[in-house]
Amino acid sequence: MSLLHLAIISPLILAIFIPFVHKTFPKIHTGWFLLPLPILLFVYFLSFLSGAIKGQATMETLPWIPSLGIDFTARVDSLGLLFALLITGIGALVVLYSIYYLSKEKEKLNQFYVYLLLFMGAMLGVVLSDNLIVLYAFWELTSFSSFLLIGYWNHRERSRYGAQKSMLITVFGGLSMLGGILLLYLMTGTFSITESIGLAEMIVTHELFTAALICFLLGAFTKSAQFPFHIWLPDAMEAPTPVSAYLHSATMVKAGIYLVARLTPIFAFSGLWIWLVAGIGIITLFWGSFSAVRHTDLKGILAYSTISQLGLIMSLLGIGAAALHYPSIDAGFYTAAVTAAVFHLLNHATFKGSLFMMVGIVDHETGTRDIRNLGGLMTIMPITFTIAVIGAFSMAGLPPFNGFLSKEMFFTGMLRAQEIGFFNMDTFGIIFPILAWIASVFTFIYSMIIVFKTFTGKFQPEKLKVKPHEAPIGMLISPVILVSLVVLIGLFPNTVAPLIKGVMGSILPQLIQEGMEFDVHIYHWHGFDSPELWMTVGVVIIGVLLYKYMAKWTGVYTRMPERFSFNAAYDNGLAMIQKGSNSFTNAYMTNSIRTYLIYIFAFFIFILGTTMVVKNAFVLDTTNVADIRAFEVVLVAIIAIGSISILFAKSRMTSIILLGAVGYSVSLFYAIFRAPDLALTQLVIETVSVALFLLAFYHLPKVNRHEEKRTFKMGNALISVGVGALVTLIALSAHSSKAFDSISQYYVENTYKKAGGENMVNVILVDFRGFDTLFEITVLGIAALGIFSLIKLRLTRGKEQ
Amino acid sequence: MKTNNLILQTATKVLVFIILLFSVYMFFAGHYEPGGGFIGGLMASGAIVLLLIAYDIKTVRKILPFNFIKVTATGLLFSAGTSAGALFFDKPLLTHWFTYVHPPLLGKMSLHTAVLFDTGVFLVVVGVTMTIIQTIGESE
Amino acid sequence: MEILMAFLIGIIFMSATYLMLSKSLLRIIVGTGLLSHGVHLLLLTMGGLKTGAAPLLGQHAEAYTDPLPQALILTAIVISFGITALFLVVAYRSYQELGTDNMELMRGKEGNE
Repeated sequence: MSLLHLAIISPLILAIFIPFVHKTFPKIHTGWFLLPLPILLFVYFLSFLSGAIKGQATMETLPWIPSLGIDFTARVDSLGLLFALLITGIGALVVLYSIYYLSKEKEKLNQFYVYLLLFMGAMLGVVLSDNLIVLYAFWELTSFSSFLLIGYWNHRERSRYGAQKSMLITVFGGLSMLGGILLLYLMTGTFSITESIGLAEMIVTHELFTAALICFLLGAFTKSAQFPFHIWLPDAMEAPTPVSAYLHSATMVKAGIYLVARLTPIFAFSGLWIWLVAGIGIITLFWGSFSAVRHTDLKGILAYSTISQLGLIMSLLGIGAAALHYPSIDAGFYTAAVTAAVFHLLNHATFKGSLFMMVGIVDHETGTRDIRNLGGLMTIMPITFTIAVIGAFSMAGLPPFNGFLSKEMFFTGMLRAQEIGFFNMDTFGIIFPILAWIASVFTFIYSMIIVFKTFTGKFQPEKLKVKPHEAPIGMLISPVILVSLVVLIGLFPNTVAPLIKGVMGSILPQLIQEGMEFDVHIYHWHGFDSPELWMTVGVVIIGVLLYKYMAKWTGVYTRMPERFSFNAAYDNGLAMIQKGSNSFTNAYMTNSIRTYLIYIFAFFIFILGTTMVVKNAFVLDTTNVADIRAFEVVLVAIIAIGSISILFAKSRMTSIILLGAVGYSVSLFYAIFRAPDLALTQLVIETVSVALFLLAFYHLPKVNRHEEKRTFKMGNALISVGVGALVTLIALSAHSSKAFDSISQYYVENTYKKAGGENMVNVILVDFRGFDTLFEITVLGIAALGIFSLIKLRLTRGKEQ
Repeated sequence: MKTNNLILQTATKVLVFIILLFSVYMFFAGHYEPGGGFIGGLMASGAIVLLLIAYDIKTVRKILPFNFIKVTATGLLFSAGTSAGALFFDKPLLTHWFTYVHPPLLGKMSLHTAVLFDTGVFLVVVGVTMTIIQTIGESE
Repeated sequence: MEILMAFLIGIIFMSATYLMLSKSLLRIIVGTGLLSHGVHLLLLTMGGLKTGAAPLLGQHAEAYTDPLPQALILTAIVISFGITALFLVVAYRSYQELGTDNMELMRGKEGNE
C-alpha cells in the first residue's frame, strides 16, 4: 500500500475515530479534529502539481481482485489532481466554516463529521482511481454519503424526502453506469481507463458502443443534475449549508463532469457523444437559469444556478470534444471550449462556494433565507455584503472577476459550435450561441436578485426571528478566502494557465500524442470587433432592463402548470411504482409459508424437469460405480425408513429422535465414504443439535391433541414425490456424466507444496478457499446474534402487558 | 432438568478435561490429520454442553464466566485480521505463509499463519454454539 | 453404490419436502434439517464414492477421494447447524408469544405490515 492509497482512504480511516474523539472531548468542537486532515492532504496533493502540469501521471497499484482484473489503481494526472485539490481545498474551508455554523451543543456532530469524511474519501477515490470498478464503488459511496448528509436533520420531512429523491436518482444513474462499465469491458477487455483510451478508435464501430455511451452518460447526467434529472438538486438543499456548499456545488455534482471529461478520449469519436453532452448541457444551462429567477428561497436560487452552471461546463466539454475530429485544424479553435470548461470549473467552485457560505451566514444570523423577508442588510452585515457582491458579479459575468473571463470564453466556444462541419452541426449549431446568450441574461438577473433583494431595499426586522448582526469572524474566513481567489484569478488569470493546460492534456490525450501544444492564454480584452464583447454588453443591458421591470413579466412562471413539471412526474411516478408493486406483491403474497414453499418447489420441478427433457440431460452410466456391501444396504435402509417414518411421527419427541437417528447414520456414511472430517463434524453437530432441540422444546406447553392431527394432503404428496424423483434423476445423471476432469487434482498436488499441510479438506478450508470459511463464520456469528436478540429483546409485547 | 445426578457429575469432572484436551489436539492436528477449527470448536462446546447437562446453567456460568458473544466477535476479528495481514506484505487477502523450525527435543515442526486463521474459526464456533445454548437455556 | 445412494437421496428429499409443506412449525424445521442431510449426501455422491483413500496425504495412497466436495459439505454442515438453531429459536419464541405452532394460524392479516 503506497502513500497515495493511504491519502485516498485517510478520511475513511479518520472517520472511524471521530465518534470516540467526539465522546472523549465533548468540550471541543469535533470539527477542529478534522480540520488538519484536508489541509495536510491539500499540501500533499500540491506536491504532485509540478509533475502533473508537465503531463506526468503518478500511478500506484494495489492488487484487490487481480483474477478479475480489478485492482485499486490510483492515478494522479492533472485532471484528477485538479479535482483532488478542489476536494481537499474546499473541504478544509467547509470544515472550518462548519465549526462556526453547527453548534456543538445542539447538533449530532459525530454523525455529521463521519458522513463528511466518508464523502471526502469517496470523492478522492472517484477522481483518483484508474480502475472503473473501483471508481464505481467510490461513486456509489458518494451517493450514499450525500444521502446521509441531505437527511442529516432527519426529523424534518423535507430532508427525508430530499435525501430519498437524490438517492433514487443518483443510484439509478450509478447502476446504469455500472452497466456501461461492463459493456465497455466487453469491448476492451480491461477495466483500466488508461488502457481503454488506447483502444478508443477500435471500439467506436462496435455494436455495443452506443449502449455503453448512453449508460455512462446517464450516470454522469444524474450525478451532475443535468436536465431532466436536475430535480433532485433543489431538494438536496435541505442539507446543512456547509454540505450544500461542499457536495452540491463544488465537488460531488462535478463528479459527472469529471466522468465526462475522463471518458471524452474514449467516447468522443462518436457524434452522438458530442450532440448529447453539448445538447443536454445547453438545455440544462437554459432551464436552470430560467427556473432560478422564479425562486424566493436564496438556496433554491443557488441550486438552480448550480444546475445551470453545470450545464454550461457540460456543453463546453461536448463542443470541445469536436477537437478530436480535427487534429489538424488550427490549434485552439475547438480546444478553446475545453479550456473554458476547465477554467469555469475552477471559477465556479470559488464563486459558488462563497455564495453558498454567504447564504448560510444570512440564514444563520437572520433566521430566514426568503428574499421576501430580507432586505437592507447592507449596513448591518457589510463584510457579508462584499462577499455577496463579488461572488454574484463574478457569476453574472462582470469584469474584473474570474466569472467574466470564463463567460467570455464560453461565448467563444459556443460561437465555434456552428463551425463544426458534421453531424448536422452546421445547420443546428446556431442554437448553441442563442441559448447560451439567453441563459446568460437570466444568470445576470438572478445574480442581481441574490445581491440586491437581500442587501438593499427596505430593512424588515419585524419579519425576522432574530436580530441580525454580522457573522463571527471564524465564519467569514472561508468565504473571504474564496472571494479573494475570485478577484485574484480575475486579475491574473494566466497564473492558472499551466494547470489548465495540463488538465486539457488529460481530457484530450490523443492530441498531445500527435504533437499538438495547447495554447492557453486568457485575455481580458478581445477587442471592439469581437462578438463576445458585444454579447456581454447585450447581456448587461437586457439584464438590467428585465431586472428593473421584473414585476411585469414574472407572470410567465405562473403559467407553467405545476402538474406538468418534472417534479410532479417524479412524485407521481414514484407513487405509481409503489402502488403497482404493492398490488402486484399482494396478489401472490398470501402470508402463508406453505404457499411460498409450493411456489418454490413447483418452480424447481418445472425448471429442472424441463431442462432435463429439453436438453436430453438424463444419462445413466453404471460402469464406474463403487461396490455395495451388506452393512451399507442396512444403513441405507435405516436412513430411508427413518426419514419416511418422521412423516408419521405423532409426537414431537419422536420426530426429533428420528431426525437424530438419521443424522448419526449419515455420519456413519461419511466414515464409510472416506470422509473422516465430515464424520467427526456430523457426529458432534448431531449431538449438539439434538441437545438443542430438546432444550428448546422441553419446556413448551403441550399443544392440544386435535392440532396434532394430520391430514394427508394429496397436493403436498405430489409435490414431494416430484421433488424426490427429480433429485434422484439429477443425482444419477450427475454421477454418470463427467464433462471434464475434477479440479481436485490441483489440491492433491499442492496441499503439501503450497500450504505445507496434509489434510486436504482442512487446508482447503483455511487456505485455498479461506474466503468461504471467513464468510461462513460470519454467517454463524450473525445467526448467534439473531438468536441472542430474539431471546433477550422483548420489545413491544412486554410493555403492553 | 434434574441436576442431582451424582454419577454423571463425577464422571463429567474427569471427562470434560479429557474432551477439552482432545479438542485442542484435534484443533492442532487439523492440518495433517482429521480435525481443525470446526471440529475442535464443536468438540470443546460439546464438553461445555456436557457440563450443562450434568450441572446447571448457573454453575457453568460461574465456572466459565465468559461473554460468549464477545468470544464470537474476538474469533471473527482474529480470522479477518489474519487474512488481512497478508495485505501488509503486498499479497492478496488470505494469502498464508508457513515455515519449518527445528526446536530442540521436539524435532521438525511447522509454523503456519493458517493456524491463526483457524484459531478464529475455533473461537467463533465455540462462541456461537455456547451463545445459542446459553441464551436458550437461560430464557426458561 | 452411487445408484443406491441416488435413490436414498431422493427419498430423503421427498420426506423433507413433505415435512416442509406441513402446518406445524416444528415439522418444518425437522424438514429443513432432513433436507440438508440430503443435500450433503448429494454433494458427496456427485464427487464419486470410494474412489481412493481418505484425503490425507499422510496415507501415501495411489489415489484419494475428492477433497473439494468434502470441504464444501463441512462448510454446509456448520452453516445448516446455525440455521437450524436460528429456526428453532424463532419457533420457540413464536410459541411463547403466540401460543401456537400452526403456520396457518400465524398468518398475518391482509395488508398488515
